[in-house]
Amino acid sequence: MKRIATALSLALLLAFSAQTAWAQTLQTVKQRGQLICGANGTLAGFGLPDPQGNWTGFDVDFCRAIAAAIFNDPSKVKFVPLTAANRFTALQSGEVDVLSRNTTWTMSRDTTLGLDFAAVTFFDGQGFMVHKSLKVSSALELNGASVCVQQGTTTELNLADYFRSHQMALKTVTFATADEAIKAYDSGRCDSYTTDSSGLYGERLRLTSPNDNIVLPEIISKEPLSPAVRQGDDSWEDLVRWTHEAMLDAEEFGVTKSNVDEQLKSANPEIRRLLGVEGQFGQSLGLTNDWAYRIIKSIGNYGESFDRNVGENSPLKIARGLNALWTKGGLQYGLPVR
Amino acid sequence: MAVIADTPVLYVRTAPAEQLLPPPASSGLIGWLRANLFSSFGNTVLTLACAALILWAVPPLLRFLFIDAVWSGSDREVCLASSAHLEPGACWAFVRVWLSYFVYGFYPIPGRWRVDVFFAALAFGIGWLAWLSAPRRDLGAVYFFIVLPVLSVVLLYGFPAIGLPTVPTNLWGGVLVTIVVATVGIVASLPIGILLALGRRSELPAVRWLAIGFIEFVRGVPLITVLFMASVMLPLFVPQRLEPDKLLRALIGVAVFASAYTAEVVRGGLAAVPRGQYEAARALALTYWPTMGLVILPQALRVTLPNIVNTFIGLFKDTTLVFVVGIFDFLRTIEAARGDPKWATPVTATTGYAFAALFYFIFCYGMSRYARSVEARLSRSDRR
Amino acid sequence: MRGAIKPARHGAQAWRVGLQVLLAAVIGGLIYGAFINAADNLARTHISSGFGFWNNSAGFDISQTLIPYSPGISTFGRAFWVGLLNTLFVAALGIVLATLLGFTIGIARLSRNWLVARLAGFYVELIRNIPLLLQLLFWYNAVLKSLPELRDSIVLPMGGFLNNRGLFLPRPVFAPGFSAVIAALLVGIGAAIVLQVWARRRRKRSGAPTPVGRWIAALLVGLPLAALALAGFPVAFELPQMSRFNVVGGLEILPEFAALVVALSVYTAAFIAEVVRAGILAVAAGQTEAAQALGLRSGTTLRLIVVPQAVRVMVPPLTSQYLNLTKNSSLAVAIGYPDLVQVFAGSVLNITGQAVEVIAITMAVYLTISLFTSLVMNLYGRMTAIVER
Repeated sequence: MKRIATALSLALLLAFSAQTAWAQTLQTVKQRGQLICGANGTLAGFGLPDPQGNWTGFDVDFCRAIAAAIFNDPSKVKFVPLTAANRFTALQSGEVDVLSRNTTWTMSRDTTLGLDFAAVTFFDGQGFMVHKSLKVSSALELNGASVCVQQGTTTELNLADYFRSHQMALKTVTFATADEAIKAYDSGRCDSYTTDSSGLYGERLRLTSPNDNIVLPEIISKEPLSPAVRQGDDSWEDLVRWTHEAMLDAEEFGVTKSNVDEQLKSANPEIRRLLGVEGQFGQSLGLTNDWAYRIIKSIGNYGESFDRNVGENSPLKIARGLNALWTKGGLQYGLPVR
Repeated sequence: MAVIADTPVLYVRTAPAEQLLPPPASSGLIGWLRANLFSSFGNTVLTLACAALILWAVPPLLRFLFIDAVWSGSDREVCLASSAHLEPGACWAFVRVWLSYFVYGFYPIPGRWRVDVFFAALAFGIGWLAWLSAPRRDLGAVYFFIVLPVLSVVLLYGFPAIGLPTVPTNLWGGVLVTIVVATVGIVASLPIGILLALGRRSELPAVRWLAIGFIEFVRGVPLITVLFMASVMLPLFVPQRLEPDKLLRALIGVAVFASAYTAEVVRGGLAAVPRGQYEAARALALTYWPTMGLVILPQALRVTLPNIVNTFIGLFKDTTLVFVVGIFDFLRTIEAARGDPKWATPVTATTGYAFAALFYFIFCYGMSRYARSVEARLSRSDRR
Repeated sequence: MRGAIKPARHGAQAWRVGLQVLLAAVIGGLIYGAFINAADNLARTHISSGFGFWNNSAGFDISQTLIPYSPGISTFGRAFWVGLLNTLFVAALGIVLATLLGFTIGIARLSRNWLVARLAGFYVELIRNIPLLLQLLFWYNAVLKSLPELRDSIVLPMGGFLNNRGLFLPRPVFAPGFSAVIAALLVGIGAAIVLQVWARRRRKRSGAPTPVGRWIAALLVGLPLAALALAGFPVAFELPQMSRFNVVGGLEILPEFAALVVALSVYTAAFIAEVVRAGILAVAAGQTEAAQALGLRSGTTLRLIVVPQAVRVMVPPLTSQYLNLTKNSSLAVAIGYPDLVQVFAGSVLNITGQAVEVIAITMAVYLTISLFTSLVMNLYGRMTAIVER
């Protein structure tokens, strides 16, 4: 009886106040039986469907991890391909539950766009790719070069800033999508193409002859990439953040996809708390206590996802660099589960 | 009698005269040539210049499209210049490999028969309505404007209860999306356009000004901005619960845009109905709606049919603009496939565009021929 | 009972007022609802609103700017003006080229030369039945991108370059003495107008033909040329130079701009050709015959009888083609030419996130252009309406 009353009042609340609908993302997702994830759709290594419509990538796996934590089934995700231009509107309007689309966490986005960033899943920075035949070895030699860039991104702003601060002449050629920008670069319209360096490695694979192009060593901006959720739904934000932390902790403690079942018997209290053998941490997220076990069982830990999608075991071969664990000189520092 | 017979008639020819050839300058092939191509010095120069233009343009075009074209292959190697193939022509192999993507987008392969059925049902409806002496065209209209839309939604989007799994619209693409956008634009814009046209000629000032405001506003801005508005602003204007699908938003934008243009065409048709018809209807004591529905509109739509078809040609071409809101219509799928590094050759872009041009040309030219034949038929019946 | 035929109701005034009030209420309600929803959605998502962003620093670069613009200093408002001017520039150039091409083809379609008429007809059918976007992509991706790369540039006479980065021409640099040439040109235009008015008056008064065309040409061309020579040719040319990455200096024509202008003019020309053809055919054959009966020569007939009447028919549809061209220039967004939509509804919208304000401004601009043009057209229509006596 009490439950019916609760359900009834909840339904009434839902019907009469859209306000609560915002604070109920987890509820909505559970009722729908599916997570809707805004992803890139054109960036190899981060989010890209194959011709059969199977999505792969680092950002994609992050959404799968959330789905695994909620439903114990990483396939219960629908991916919506978003452009840089419409991604925030899609999140704001409720078209997607979480935006996992190589999005840079900046102050203005955090404070004015009505969204919250959960955790930095990838420390990125903007770099330059040039045709090898130009014999350029540093971005500082690009004085007077023309650069192809996608519009409406921080990339576009950083590019102008960088050339201005180094007093170099710049010719920008701006395109609405990354796809058009990279095609223009490939055809020789520009000397250089700029985007986040992770993206550069991915896009390079799509060029006519990838080996005739090099990525310059300079990183001209901080691009902490983070999944984003709508502002005002703190418990959903918590869930998204801890999905990332759990994957980091798992890597730090050596819990992998293949050994996670054995690790359930581990004596290490940190592993026991992470995998839900001890404590009630999952329930406080609105999930079951084995939430992190589910993630690692189906997706693997942070390092595994990294290597598989963008790192050594992928065509991109991006070095861990800043994304190495803090114990190995990087910046990825998993928060403690306790 | 006899007297006459005896007198020799000197001025009557007794043998037929030798036949002369027709003047060379006015008949036969040479006469035609002289009259139409070489009638003066200036004309001769023009003719030679045009002939030179044709000789310069046509053979290389044919070489590119057919003779030097590559018809089959599995990757770009076949379309790159090689010693056997110094200057490769169109890379039709690329189109063949990507063809199913151009037609269906990412529509799941097991469900593609549903798209085929939709195409067939649509072609049937168009044939029924476009063939002016087809039986029961009133039923055809019911089929086209009521049955077909429902059938299409069930078929394409799915209806799990009867065993058709849902196919979300983000998987739709290619020709399917182009046809869906164009058809929805046509089916929605005709009734709305008629209402707007009637509104614009209404005696009620509030109705008239609303119609004028809407029509002039929409006609004054580019379709791209209407699509932007539908895509970016529509979600803000409706309550959170009704979040419209991305394709649906574009469809709303296209329908709004096409309605305003159809309204103006219908208004032209209404203006062409003679005043006497209104007066006759009034003399029969008909009120507004019967007057319009039974007397004026049938005549107005009949005269304006060619113009309506021309509006649809414009709409069909304008469907290419839905790319700005991230929808993969036919042209967009070609643009996407063009970026495939597996097929990156100097001729890939041109081949893709030639293929697309052929597709659009066949549809639009077909429609415009149809409009012209209807026009000819109308003017014939008017003369009678 | 509701039959199909009902007697007309007299005194239905109350119904009419009621219907209108109801309609106004429904529309008002919808707008109010949309407004409430938007305010609600915006407040909830913490998107800032208002036009405060207008004076904020833009921070992004624009490839073609007709007015000074620098990414660090210039504001979003400045970016708006840059985009608007680029739109107007491309539209103006497109209109001129489309008119020239369209008139040529329209007249060619009526030519007695079979081949010329057929060729023109083929052009019109082909171009009208292929979407403009497809043509634009073709010109940009298939034609201009296949031009040689920078290092293999085609070197043009007089020191220009042509490559897949654009067309680079010598840029005239005017010395101070050049103002004399401008002044001479203005004087020439003034004198030509005076001469024309005088000639027309004389013809009306006496009926004698007063050919002044040659004198006008001499005034318009000769006077500035003479001034140029007298001032000692105060024009220098800045030649484009090949540098490590790009061609620098000189006059630069971007491939995006060129593709847009070509596509817009070629496409619109097909429609203008049809307008021209219809306009000429609309002049009744009796007019030409009457002129011939009066003994006018064919050139004179065309100039004094056919063209004035055809133009009156042609101007309204021609204007709507010009408006279409202007609106179609928004397709620039597909190839990265920085027009109003690409700069403002693209970069500015994405950086500020203020969709409602940005889209509203963009639409208002096009609407203003349209309404202003129809206003001018109405005035023109009133001026040229046939005055029946």
